[in-house]
Amino acid sequence: MKKTFKDITKGFLIENPVLVLALGLCPTLAVTSSAVNGLGMGVAATFVLVMSNLIISLIKPLVPAKIRIPIFITVIATFVTIVKLVMAAYVPALSQALGIFIPLIVVNCIILGRAEAFASKHGVLRSLADGIGMGLGFTVTLILLGMFRELLGNGTIFGTTIMGASYKPALLMILPPGAFLSLGMMVAGSRWLLEKTARKGAKS
Amino acid sequence: MTNLLVIAIGAILINNFVLSRFLGLCPFVGVSKKTETAIGMGMAVIFVMTLASAVTWVIWTYFLSPGEANLFWIIAHALGSETPAADFDLRYLETIAFILVIASLVQFVELVLKKAAPALYEALGIFLPLITTNCAILGVAELNTMTEGYNFIESLVHGIAAGVGFTLALIMMSGIREKLEFAPVPRLLKGLPIAFIISGLMSMAFLGFSGLKF
Repeated sequence: MKKTFKDITKGFLIENPVLVLALGLCPTLAVTSSAVNGLGMGVAATFVLVMSNLIISLIKPLVPAKIRIPIFITVIATFVTIVKLVMAAYVPALSQALGIFIPLIVVNCIILGRAEAFASKHGVLRSLADGIGMGLGFTVTLILLGMFRELLGNGTIFGTTIMGASYKPALLMILPPGAFLSLGMMVAGSRWLLEKTARKGAKS
Repeated sequence: MTNLLVIAIGAILINNFVLSRFLGLCPFVGVSKKTETAIGMGMAVIFVMTLASAVTWVIWTYFLSPGEANLFWIIAHALGSETPAADFDLRYLETIAFILVIASLVQFVELVLKKAAPALYEALGIFLPLITTNCAILGVAELNTMTEGYNFIESLVHGIAAGVGFTLALIMMSGIREKLEFAPVPRLLKGLPIAFIISGLMSMAFLGFSGLKF
């Protein structure tokens, strides 16, 4: 039980897919021009991650080692297609905003990476927990980055105005350069946080 | 002709794949420590992107899109089926079809190069398997077909230009990072964070190209 719980929580900081493992960078940078887009992308990727982890851990005894990657990709692509069609039908505006990055969830290295490194080696329950943990870590990172960029670049968070009327938005932050700069700062910040918790652990 | 030029300049400078579309960032961050490897990776990407653009365009037009060019319709029609051509719409399968085609294409290219052009294989070989999961390749296929609806020649030009744009950004980045080895970077910013900040500055410079008009 403890292990399963650890599988869920490790995604937030210690093994955060974006900040520590540097996986899934393309969607992270591309869609975080607002917090809502970040949330949408995070939820979509989490769904695919959890479902593909589940299916792959179930079918792993049947999969020959030599062709496992194409099989994993097919499983992932199936769930991505489901997400794509559902989003286009129920949240067309979000689907429009995320554009080609919805089909590109297929090649998101987090998903194939977890399938290969975790789900193909562990049981169903732990694979599910790992999918949820990694997905949540990814989603939280995207939302934080989206909130930061939206706040500086537009003066709002989730569409609600935060900054006063006299605030002049730094448009740069919602343009491509802002994505790179904010993510660089965020990675440095997460390193500082990791070091601090490690030092605290060493003291006690 | 001007049309093709606009597509090419657009993909190389204005909408640079790495710096403004955010495609292919993993190799951009991962393989940009040395200029030599950056050139190798860039060449491999140009090569695969061009091939992938051509192949996915054919798949999209003759297998997935509805209409009288759809091969499934042509076969069904020849066999006496009455179903109208507009019903043969397999576009929802595009993600699965493209990723499988690209993955097998890369494997196939690897085999052919190994046999037919060992020298080229030596140069590009180690980069080819990495390319399958490079989102820039699938991205260019999606942009060509679903988003922009280019014709065959336009897709091909867009594929080459996107690869060239990727290579340009990669080589510039590797040049900067080689110099950076000797620079006093703050401890927390070493490695990944400083790479992102440099990309941010490069992206800012490329933003200037968005004023280009034809």
